[in-house]
Amino acid sequence: MNALAPDEWQALALSLRVGLLAVVLALPLALALAWLLSRKRFPGRLLLESVLFLPLILPPVVTGYVLLALFGRNGPIGQLLGSVGIVVAFRWTGAVIAAAVMGFPLLVLSVRAAFDNVDRRLEAAAQTLGADAWRRFVSITLPLSARGIVAGCVLAFARAFGEFGATISFVSNIPGETRTLPIAIYELLNVPGGMPGVQRLALVSLFVALAASACATLIAGGAPWRKRGDD
Amino acid sequence: MIELALRHRIGDLELDMDIRSHARTLALFGNSGAGKTSALNAVAGLLIPQSGRVVLDGEILLDTARGICVPVSRRRIGYVFQDGRLFPHLSVRRNLLYGAGADDADGRREFAAIVELLELGALLERRPLTLSGGERQRVAVGRALLSRPRALLLDEPLTGLHAEARQQVLDYLRTLKRELQVFTVLVTHHADEVAALADEVVRISAGQVVRQVPIGEFIARRAAFGRPQAS
Repeated sequence: MNALAPDEWQALALSLRVGLLAVVLALPLALALAWLLSRKRFPGRLLLESVLFLPLILPPVVTGYVLLALFGRNGPIGQLLGSVGIVVAFRWTGAVIAAAVMGFPLLVLSVRAAFDNVDRRLEAAAQTLGADAWRRFVSITLPLSARGIVAGCVLAFARAFGEFGATISFVSNIPGETRTLPIAIYELLNVPGGMPGVQRLALVSLFVALAASACATLIAGGAPWRKRGDD
Repeated sequence: MIELALRHRIGDLELDMDIRSHARTLALFGNSGAGKTSALNAVAGLLIPQSGRVVLDGEILLDTARGICVPVSRRRIGYVFQDGRLFPHLSVRRNLLYGAGADDADGRREFAAIVELLELGALLERRPLTLSGGERQRVAVGRALLSRPRALLLDEPLTGLHAEARQQVLDYLRTLKRELQVFTVLVTHHADEVAALADEVVRISAGQVVRQVPIGEFIARRAAFGRPQAS
């Protein structure tokens, strides 16, 4: 099998960049939301959870359409961003937003599970030692759930890397700008003689997916401070 | 001096206590499930009773009638939990320093004194899960003391330790009582721990104070005072 063609490299590089930035964009909000869902009971919680999981349930094309309606030039957020000179529709930055939205529920689910697994009694112990809520979060909750958080990031990256439907609806297929790896594969499938390219890119996708899955499994495997048989 | 008034229902247990004491070490003595730990939690602020009042050395920490409730992290209570609750991801040194004050000459001197008093020097770089039960409790006591508490709460600190470790920790607690002037509340269902450490004893049963006597009377009339079942 031949090495990747320049435009295939371009699609791979864009997908990697979009995947990484999507995780970076989603992580702070995912941490906050996961902590809220793990630690607090409040009115509207069920509604919040339902909205949170919409990207997992809705057809991705619909999610892309909603993003276009919100972030497009005439959308409420798009107009707001446009007033400060930021345009995301049909730009690679829009692909990042689409990927972040699609990976967000997975990230929140993983981080929340990690927070749920932290022994709350340790946080209470920290409290008696004078630690306020922020210090408890940073010094106890975060380190004790670090593996779950990192595993969640890997899963969200994998989801973002493979994102297709929402991306093509929101930012279309512009070579060098929004043509990510899955979109490039889709296009090659529709052109005569594109099959070798499809095979090359499919193999690359498989490799990235395997690497992400292996990372998530390794990272979630266990904390270094646990003794064997401690679980 | 402590003043503790507590009215609270936990499941089937109705807590209804009024305790006032000027003793330096006060023991709350009673069966498991009598409400002793709940009383400690109310002092620490980890339990907010339906109604109650907690005053330590003249400072009101809780007064539900007046809407006063000092947050746990600002109460300056050193709490030694039954299971130690050391932070598993931190070394013994970092556990000890977690609630410690400023890293100045006084702070370093205090750290060195506690480490020497509890003979923790050889353990400083170890992780909690590599420690024996007795070592863990010593670290927990040291950690609580280094937070410069106005009161030390010991919740069954010797439970779960084998005979040798139990005697060892008991000896350390006796030394602490002799060397340091910290007001201490000890929760236990072992009469020998009460006799070894306390100045005054409050016998608690089913959430109520049955009687409150000086240690001399407790030792002289131990049988009449009532003997809780081992748990």
